[in-house]
Amino acid sequence: MSAPQPLPTLEITALEKRFGDTQVLRSIDLKVANGELVFVIGPSGSGKSTMLRCCNRLEEPTSGAIHVNGKPMLGITRRDLDRMRLQVGMVFQGFFLYPHLSVLKNVTLAQRKALKRPAAEADARALEMLDKVGLKHKASAMPGELSGGQQQRVAIARALALDPKVMLFDEPTSALDPELVGSVLKVMRDLREGGMTMIVVSHEMQFAREAADRVVFMDGGVIVEQGTPSEIFGNPRSERLRAFLSRVSGEAA
Amino acid sequence: MDTIINAFFNIDIMRQAAPLLLKGAWVTLQLCAVVIVLGISGGLTLGLLASSKNAAVRLPAFLFIDFFRAIPPLILLILIYAGLPFIGIRVPPFVAVCIAFLLNNSAYFAEIFRSGIKSVSRGQTEAARASGLSPAQTQAFVILPQAVRNVLPDLLSNVVEIVKLTSIASVVSLTELLYSANMARAVTYNSSPLVMAALMYLVVLWPLVRVISRFQRGLSISS
Repeated sequence: MSAPQPLPTLEITALEKRFGDTQVLRSIDLKVANGELVFVIGPSGSGKSTMLRCCNRLEEPTSGAIHVNGKPMLGITRRDLDRMRLQVGMVFQGFFLYPHLSVLKNVTLAQRKALKRPAAEADARALEMLDKVGLKHKASAMPGELSGGQQQRVAIARALALDPKVMLFDEPTSALDPELVGSVLKVMRDLREGGMTMIVVSHEMQFAREAADRVVFMDGGVIVEQGTPSEIFGNPRSERLRAFLSRVSGEAA
Repeated sequence: MDTIINAFFNIDIMRQAAPLLLKGAWVTLQLCAVVIVLGISGGLTLGLLASSKNAAVRLPAFLFIDFFRAIPPLILLILIYAGLPFIGIRVPPFVAVCIAFLLNNSAYFAEIFRSGIKSVSRGQTEAARASGLSPAQTQAFVILPQAVRNVLPDLLSNVVEIVKLTSIASVVSLTELLYSANMARAVTYNSSPLVMAALMYLVVLWPLVRVISRFQRGLSISS
């Protein structure tokens, strides 16, 4: 377990989410410390993506609280929410680059319109971030001309350019061809080494073993078990986690 | 054969009618400029309302769209022109036409914009909102540019329909192209001015129609 921090970068408290009669999340508590990489695993339908999407309120929590650097994400005005969202970067399974804008414009749009950065500064920041993900030379390309892996790296650069306090990754490599997964994971590894706070929902167990500070196992809308990668993968305590891990390794074999 | 040429393709008569028809064409052009701008503005507003998550906003917009798509525009025009004086509002023909076209075209344009907005994936909105863009910024910079691109052929087709439809303004004595041609026909007892008017529509609209089908081919190849 990581040492207790005075102010977690992200704090989820008693989070509940219901869709109609279906309870998707049940009393979720999670604290993510500054610079920590928390990896979330679990079977599909376990609520891990929903939990992630509640963190920036793409999904509206039914009850509970979310705090980023001690500031609430819930019960605030829409304007304040827009401002808070700048601090929470999100990377989607489907990339969702803006297809009508060049790579550079994709990375500058929110900088210009939401952060109100001057054009020159936004361009410079965008190029810096594109360089970080190894795609500076594609700045003038259109998203449709890029491979999936390249698109996802641009999406990461787009989120990073807003200087978020925490980055959320929602199955960032699940839509990629196997040979393109590595380039995205490498960018994520670099980010972690740079001290970025990250929550990653993914099935890349190998990456979790190598890069995660903490692994959280969710099933049926609750956090069943959490611990260091070696605890979770080497010494699973719950029957549900053991069953999940053997299923996953069975698929990989 | 001679009688047909004489009655429909009489060059002398066309030459005599030309000044009148050109004047009419100018009115048609002005009318088009106004009603197309009105229709697109109204349609965009209505299309956004009809795409709202809020049912209290969406349903009235749908009702409006359905209603004015179902009413024949010619009847609408006559009702407005002949009906408004009964409630104490007397409007010149040009204004009556503008009102009728605003109501009718907005409904058609709204339906096109709405389907365009619907064609943009939900993920685009989520990515934009997650990056701190407001709902209005998300519409303006992310959704609408893609929506318009997706329905550009439909928007242009509708423009062609509107240009042709402006000829119904002749029933309220607006001296646009058809009215002028019909006047020339009555004076000369000859239908050549009508043919000439049709040719004038053709000259303007043919290139536009070509552009549209090129767009549609382009789209079907890329998709």
